Amino acid sequence: MKDVREALMVGRNSEGKLVRRPLSPHLQAYNMVRISSGTSIMHRITGVALSAGALFLTIWLAAAAAGDSVLSVVQAVYGSLIGLLVLAGFSWALWYHFLNGLRHLAWDAGKGFELPDMHRSGKLVIAGSVILAAVTVVAAYLVW
Amino acid sequence: MSSNPNPSVHIRRSPLGRAKGLGAAKTGSAHWWAERVSAVALIPLTLYVVFSVVALGHADAAGIAAYMALPWNAVLFIAFAVTLYHHIGLGLTVVIEDYVRPDAQRLALTFIVKAGVILLGLLSVVSILKLAL
Repeated sequence: MKDVREALMVGRNSEGKLVRRPLSPHLQAYNMVRISSGTSIMHRITGVALSAGALFLTIWLAAAAAGDSVLSVVQAVYGSLIGLLVLAGFSWALWYHFLNGLRHLAWDAGKGFELPDMHRSGKLVIAGSVILAAVTVVAAYLVW
Repeated sequence: MSSNPNPSVHIRRSPLGRAKGLGAAKTGSAHWWAERVSAVALIPLTLYVVFSVVALGHADAAGIAAYMALPWNAVLFIAFAVTLYHHIGLGLTVVIEDYVRPDAQRLALTFIVKAGVILLGLLSVVSILKLAL
C-alpha cells in the first residue's frame, strides 16, 4: 500500500471482483449540485447540525428545571436576533431531515427508486422543508 | 477503466474474507436497523415535540412544569429525548467512520460521541422528571 488514501479506493464490482474506485460517500467523487447527491449530503449535514439543535433543546429543558433565573437567560439568548436566526435554521434542518428521512425509509422499503421518482421526491422534500419551516416560524411568532 | 483493466489491490484482508467476497463482518446490520427503527419512532415523537416546543417557547418555568406535570407529556418528552440521542449517536458514529481517517482520532471522536449522547440524554430525562414531579 503506497498511500493510506488507497485504502479508500478499494471497492468491489457486482461480480465481487476487487476494483479500484472511490467508495461512497466520498465528497470529491460526486457533483453535489445534482438532486441525487445534493439531497444525500444535505441529509448528513442537517443530521449533524440537528445534533447541535438537540443540545439547544436539552439546554432549554435543563434551564427550565433549574428555574426562572436561568431560563430567562436562555430565553434571552434564544430570543436574540442571532438566536432566532439559528432557531429558524434548525427548524428548516429538522423538516428537511424529517422529510428526507421519510424518503430514505421509502427507499429502504424498495419504493421510489426509479430516477424520475427520485428526482420528483427530492424536489418535494426541498419545497416541503421550506414550507414547513416557514409554517413553524410563523406559528412560533403567533404564539409569541 | 481502460487504463487499468485488471487492478491489483495491496491491502490487508484475510484469505477467507477474500474468498467469500466479504468486507468486515462486524455489527453493521444491527446498527443499520437501529438507525431505521429509531427514525420511525421519531416520526410521531418529533411532530409532538415540535408542536409542544412552539406552544411552550415563551412559557416560564412554572408553565413548562405544569405542562410536564401531565404524565403523558413527561413520558412522550422522555421517549423523544432517549430515542433522539440514540439516533444521534448512531448517525454521528457513521459520519465519523466515513470521514475521520486516522484510527486514533476516529476512536477518540467515537468515544466522545457515545459519552456525549448518554450524558445529554440523561440531562434531558432528569430535567423533564424534575419539571414533572
